[in-house]
Amino acid sequence: MSLTNKDIENIANLAKLKLTDQNEMESLKTKLNDLFEIFDELQSANTSNISPMAHPIEGMFQKIRNDEITESVDRENLQSIAPETEAGLYLVPTVIE
Amino acid sequence: MLNKSIKELATSLRNKEFSSVELTKFFLERIKQHDPKLNSFITITEDHALAQAKQADKLLENNDDNNLLRGIPIAQKDIFCTKGIKTSCASKMLDNFISPYNATTVEKLNNAGTVMLGKTNMDEFAMGSSNENSYYGPCHNPWDLDRVPGGSSGGSAAAVAARIIPASTGTDTGGSVRQPAALCGITGIKPTYGRVSRYGMIAFASSLDQAGVFATNAEDCAILLNNMAGHDPKDSTSLNTEPTDFCKNLNNSLEGIKIGLPKEFFSENLSPEIHQVIENAIKELEKLGATFKEVTLPNSKHSIPVYYIVAPAECSSNLSRFDGVRYGYRCENPQDLDDLYKRSRSEGFGSEVKKRILTGTYVLSAGYYDAYYIKAQKIRKMIANDFKAALSEVDVILGPTSPNVAFKLGEKANNPVSMYLNDIYTSSVNLAGLPGMSIPAGFINNLPVGLQIIGNYLQEDKMLNIAHKYQQVTDWHQKMPSNFE
Repeated sequence: MSLTNKDIENIANLAKLKLTDQNEMESLKTKLNDLFEIFDELQSANTSNISPMAHPIEGMFQKIRNDEITESVDRENLQSIAPETEAGLYLVPTVIE
Repeated sequence: MLNKSIKELATSLRNKEFSSVELTKFFLERIKQHDPKLNSFITITEDHALAQAKQADKLLENNDDNNLLRGIPIAQKDIFCTKGIKTSCASKMLDNFISPYNATTVEKLNNAGTVMLGKTNMDEFAMGSSNENSYYGPCHNPWDLDRVPGGSSGGSAAAVAARIIPASTGTDTGGSVRQPAALCGITGIKPTYGRVSRYGMIAFASSLDQAGVFATNAEDCAILLNNMAGHDPKDSTSLNTEPTDFCKNLNNSLEGIKIGLPKEFFSENLSPEIHQVIENAIKELEKLGATFKEVTLPNSKHSIPVYYIVAPAECSSNLSRFDGVRYGYRCENPQDLDDLYKRSRSEGFGSEVKKRILTGTYVLSAGYYDAYYIKAQKIRKMIANDFKAALSEVDVILGPTSPNVAFKLGEKANNPVSMYLNDIYTSSVNLAGLPGMSIPAGFINNLPVGLQIIGNYLQEDKMLNIAHKYQQVTDWHQKMPSNFE
């Protein structure tokens, strides 16, 4: 499975990354293709009747707690490190005209 | 002073041989003197440390504080959020990030009385095995400054190895505590997945990440782990197990202990020199009463490709939070929202991080999800099953931690797959969620070699027991680089 420039552009768009120039594109393409070569050997593993393992904790379930207010959000503290805020909101370039 | 264990330092503090403030100043001085050569610290928190030390001295005065960690200087890997203090994850993305809260691990160690001297260098967002991927420059191995300390927790390991700090925290996703411990000649432990809360520990791969510790010996690691482990309601993956005293069984005899040697870890690919060091360690453990048998982990040969599918997949999701909106780096003059995201992320992240995000995005994308991600998760199950089977026959598994000793800076820069192979003995442990540790077992050309012990779920005490008994009859763990004495 060999990636093309187009493939990398698509993935970069999905990941919200921007490649600066052709050099970065070529270098990344080589490195990714080298890496993906080692993935191909996995196809030879017999995984029939095996269920996927998402994490090590068997039988884990998300505990539900009572619907009681136990925490508060210190908006001022948390927003003090934001690049741009106004009226408790985070500012970004205009999305909707 | 430099080789005093935490227990010895705790005794000295209570005997008033020195105060915590004096001890703190001693290590701050050593950091100032030696760290420029190592670059193991990103931030040194002198005022914070002295305030904590003063507080510790007040509590020690009353002589009713049993916590061995009271007044003991440590360093925290810069992946743990520390309130009011820069937490960078060694990335330009978080160069300006002053954390508004403490990670649970930090909170617990603070409450136990540790004095934080600083935040240590690491591979950016914990992605790497050499500490060469840091926005703040590489960290150097104190045994040979031209060589890497290992990664991703390189700074934490180098600092303890150089004895500029008695202990430090790290994180281990594919080997990032054990491998630097091996390359730096110190003791490092990664507990069972879920033992230590991940709240406030900046996430790389959520099903693999686990906090760990570095110290000069196994007993110190046990003491630190006692104060770090425990259920945290703020971490939904943290285990709700009975509180464990990791020190309790340290001195048990090794008579009757069965140790498994996976034949795949001792193949002809293993360097003969490293093999010899491990053989010597095996002989010492046999003298202590342990018996050995060959076991097999047939799917461990798939662990590198599985790890480098699963970890990047999870990282691509975890790092999507870095978008220039709420914290961290924001690009200048974003033209629109898409530009804000793309340029903030592309300018903020280093190349290894970007590569892993792209890999993860690809293996999760439509059309490839089943062939790569689901396939890898199935093989992950098989790897975990192999360990379960092996550990039903033996108490622990043993082998080399790393396929090589510390390599030169830049040596693997153009060969990422060769860099990834550093994790060949360690990553399967994270995939299974088992505990693992590395202890110093010898040297090759004055470079440390580490021995890895892998335990069964929740059996860190067995690993620590074996490590401790070994350290009572050997002195590899007491060696330190002569240039730092």
